[in-house]
Amino acid sequence: MAEISKEQVKHVANLARLEFDDEAVEQMANELSSIIGYAEQLNELDTENVKPTTHVLDLKNVMRKDEPKKWITQEEALKNAPDQKDGQIRVPSILE
Amino acid sequence: MSLFDSTIKELEAKLHNQEITVEDLVKESYGQIKKVDGDVHAFLTLDEEKALEKARELDKREDKSGVLFGIPAGIKDNIVTKGLRTTCASQFLDNFNDPLYDATVVEKLNAENPVAVGKLNMDEFAMGSSNENSGYEPTRNPWNTDHVPGGSSGGSAAAVAAGEVLFSLGTDTGGSIRQPAAFCGVVGMKPTYGRVSRFGLVAFASSLDQIGPLTRTVEDNARVLEVIAGHDKMDSTSADVEVPAYTEALTGDVKGLKIAVPKEYLAEGVSEEVKNAVLEALKVYEKLGATWEEVSLPHSKYALSTYYLLSSSEASANLARFDGVRYGVRSENAENMLDMFVKSRSEGFGDEVKRRIMLGTFALSSGYYDAYYKKAQKVRTLIKNDFDKILADYDVIVGPTTPTPAFKVGENTSDPLTMYLNDILTIPVNLAGVPGISIPCGFSQEGLPIGLQIIGNYFDESTVYRAAHAFEQATEHHKKRPQLGGAK
Repeated sequence: MAEISKEQVKHVANLARLEFDDEAVEQMANELSSIIGYAEQLNELDTENVKPTTHVLDLKNVMRKDEPKKWITQEEALKNAPDQKDGQIRVPSILE
Repeated sequence: MSLFDSTIKELEAKLHNQEITVEDLVKESYGQIKKVDGDVHAFLTLDEEKALEKARELDKREDKSGVLFGIPAGIKDNIVTKGLRTTCASQFLDNFNDPLYDATVVEKLNAENPVAVGKLNMDEFAMGSSNENSGYEPTRNPWNTDHVPGGSSGGSAAAVAAGEVLFSLGTDTGGSIRQPAAFCGVVGMKPTYGRVSRFGLVAFASSLDQIGPLTRTVEDNARVLEVIAGHDKMDSTSADVEVPAYTEALTGDVKGLKIAVPKEYLAEGVSEEVKNAVLEALKVYEKLGATWEEVSLPHSKYALSTYYLLSSSEASANLARFDGVRYGVRSENAENMLDMFVKSRSEGFGDEVKRRIMLGTFALSSGYYDAYYKKAQKVRTLIKNDFDKILADYDVIVGPTTPTPAFKVGENTSDPLTMYLNDILTIPVNLAGVPGISIPCGFSQEGLPIGLQIIGNYFDESTVYRAAHAFEQATEHHKKRPQLGGAK
């Protein structure tokens, strides 16, 4: 399965919240096919009994108490927001 | 002769003896930036007034303590700095002018009183090996501006090489400190995964990213790492392991040091010039009383595939936060909320970032997760085991940092895979999580630097520094300066 179709590119783009024009879809299909095709080399290896590595250090879950603390003010939190109104971040309508 | 031809330790003495002031140092920095940065493009954001103000304030202090007191520094632009624009070299964050907090590394630096000069250029979101993926004017190599400085910490390496700052911070996910350090002829250290807090580093691939210093000498490098290393309760993946005094490891003594040289690191694809420089370096080590043997890291050839699947998968998740809601550039062409996410991301991200998000989203998507993502995680185990096995018997692993010296701008941009091959010797180190450094070990016929990579065991940066320092002191490569770096 080294061939990634234009349809697949459109499907993955939707999952990733990206959009491409027709020309870019075709180019992306070619590039991803070539990268994934190269990565198929991993199938040469028998990994049946190999444990996956998610993290290189021997760390257990690190827990802390869920306690509220003062960090930033509402004003600060809004400083970098592209749009705001009445102390809140404003976004376009969600429903039509 | 530039003030930056001195080590931090030498400058510390000069400051204490009042031969120089911090203002002199900051002026040196800005003088050089004005002279060369129009060609080098190492910096994205500068604040001369603020830096000079800080310098004068430091000069007034009676108490001149702090191991980086008054030293001009540059910070890679994916490390968050309070109130100082942080873009990750992405148009998406072009307006992110007012970050709310300092990264832990910046807080730790500030406690030692350096002077932050500005933010350094990079490949967008640290994805790239040449700085050509910067969303701004790409950085050029100070040794020859027709060539790339490497990446993704290209600005961090170029700024140090060009004498614009005395040290910089970079980040390394698959070679992004070591490869540009090699291309620019400076010292670049990627510490053990977990050695340095990632809090305030804009995440690319969380299981691989590490912050580290770039400097002109090994001694300076050890000094900076000592400051930024250590456990941080704000980063649950940072390791609670004591930080040794790295500078005390610089004894010059490598008698009896056992060096492993992986045959895969001197194989096909590595240029003759690079191979010869590494073999010469091994002769230096022999003279110093170290021994070396050829070994094998048999899964090396699978590292690149493993890396691109894992790092892109992690990136696709990490970069999901860039949606145009709370910060960043929001598309003005959106009709509804979903459209705003899609358009802001599609307009704000560059091609390479989109490519990696697509690759990662694909590898994690239903039906492909086991075949690609999980498979790569399993191969990562095999690669890590290779390193564990060799490092049980040897003190360090030595080889080239990159297969070739810096390539020309535009030479590798047409095919992503060719570009990715650049990192084939640095990527396995991130997958295993061990520390690795690049130090200058020679020059190509064209006059471009060549880097020697020294890899050590988990949390044994001390031995890596000791080996690097002994070689540096026995050779002259680190004393050579690029023409743009203030050569005599």
